[in-house]
Amino acid sequence: MMFSSNAHILPIQILDYGLLAILVVVAFAIVRMRSLFAIVMLQGVYSLVSAAWFVSLDAVDVAFTEAAVGAGVSTVLMLSAMLLADRQSEPVPMSRQIGPLAIVIIAGAAMLYAVGDMPAYGSATSPANSYVGIDYLARTAEEIHIPNVVTAVLASYRGYDTFGETVVIFAAGLGVLLLLGLNGNAGRWDAQPNGQRVSNTSAPTMRNVHSPLESSESPQDASETAKPLKTDVKTKGQNHA
Amino acid sequence: MTLFVAQPISLFSQFNYVVVIVLMMVGLYVVFASRNLIKKLVGLSVFQTSVFLLYITIGKVTGGQPPILVDGHADTGSHSSEVLVAAASNVAAVEAAHGGPAQDVIYSNPLPHVLILTAIVVGVATLAIGLSLTVRIREVYGCIEDDKIEALDFEYNLEGTSE
Amino acid sequence: MHDPHVLLRVVSKFLIPLIALFALYVQFHGDYGPGGGFQAGVILASSVILYALIFGLPAAKLAFPPRWIRIGMTLGVLLYGGTGVFSFILGGEFLNYGVFAHDPSHGQHYGILAVELGVLCTVASVMVAIFYAFGSRQAETSNEDW
Repeated sequence: MMFSSNAHILPIQILDYGLLAILVVVAFAIVRMRSLFAIVMLQGVYSLVSAAWFVSLDAVDVAFTEAAVGAGVSTVLMLSAMLLADRQSEPVPMSRQIGPLAIVIIAGAAMLYAVGDMPAYGSATSPANSYVGIDYLARTAEEIHIPNVVTAVLASYRGYDTFGETVVIFAAGLGVLLLLGLNGNAGRWDAQPNGQRVSNTSAPTMRNVHSPLESSESPQDASETAKPLKTDVKTKGQNHA
Repeated sequence: MTLFVAQPISLFSQFNYVVVIVLMMVGLYVVFASRNLIKKLVGLSVFQTSVFLLYITIGKVTGGQPPILVDGHADTGSHSSEVLVAAASNVAAVEAAHGGPAQDVIYSNPLPHVLILTAIVVGVATLAIGLSLTVRIREVYGCIEDDKIEALDFEYNLEGTSE
Repeated sequence: MHDPHVLLRVVSKFLIPLIALFALYVQFHGDYGPGGGFQAGVILASSVILYALIFGLPAAKLAFPPRWIRIGMTLGVLLYGGTGVFSFILGGEFLNYGVFAHDPSHGQHYGILAVELGVLCTVASVMVAIFYAFGSRQAETSNEDW
């Protein structure tokens, strides 16, 4: 072999190559699939396999989180969103795929051009592994006295960062509650200050549109708005509040 | 002309970057090319996961251990400097600084792990925002294909001006 | 009465307490092994999600009321920020836990514990909130639909 320093392939590297091959195959399968159910499940598989690779890369905390969040919670969320939306995605005509393909190939080629300058995989002397990360390892043993350096850096050294992330999660939760409602009724019931109805049940944009593209839902919406308002308020407004 | 002379890529020692770039571009292609909003979000999360892989592979040190100190918590500070050895390059420096042979434990870099740990959870939170927007769009427009949504918008705008 | 999900119900009744317990283990063992507030929050939320998937959303809303979500979300952020303000009051910098005890490393322990609890509250509540929001957006799915 031409690589004298690391000529032998470690068994762990065979595992790495195997997991990466699975990742690439799953990613291309996501491109080809049209059933949303299959796509969402493949996304869960992708997350789980990358969590397995994180373990091989010594990032046990990250692997733990990725397995719980990526493969667990986000799959459940996507499935429940899919249940509320469509089950199939429409095929995209070939003429509309050429532009994205060209952009992606150019961007990928530009990045591959730069890869030669990057430090080798597992290099201990690379800039990323030489300064601040090492410093955290040294300081945690002396200053904080807990073995898990990731927790120490997360909660103490980079506490501002984690505070910001917590606020982002809080804000995202608020956003979802505003969009959908904790009981799933946002946008369906109407605010009634002083007993007066304020907004309509269906969005105003769709009332005048009658195109062949519309699904069966929109006429239903239109008839709902045409209904007498008082019954609407009683049946829909009070149920969930 | 030296501009175009790139370093040769070694598939043996830099395979991680090559594969991560391929995965990233696949995710980007799904975001660009697919019309379905949920499929776009799946592509976004594939893209996101490959960025996580990029960060974590940069932090990997060959022969390293997870950054959980081997006998870190029982230390009272007197001999703790022996276990704080990190990358192989720093072994000599630590030995020189403390005047003794350092314990030969190599840890991977913890900093990318911390950054990605929080990014994963924030990623699912933003994914939830995207999905809930998709659900609301489906309820109003009756579809989640973005070309149909554009057509509906266009038609509505035409009617709006004629009225 | 024929119940097609009897096996799921029995197994998950056994599993859900263990999952919640595991979340607490991950939370409080996070200093010594892999784990911490983010992971524990997600695992705790996933036990509630599993309960909702098996026994239905109304039952889950009785077990984990939506009121707790509003409290938990804000309590977590306030606990995290409050830890910072508390260290401020004791004379340190914002989020400098060293001032919580005479020995700075003990102070760090207390600070990390409080902060991780805050993260746990927010993450678990937000994850459950998101699931409740999506789950109750639709009518109950009957067994035949699958």
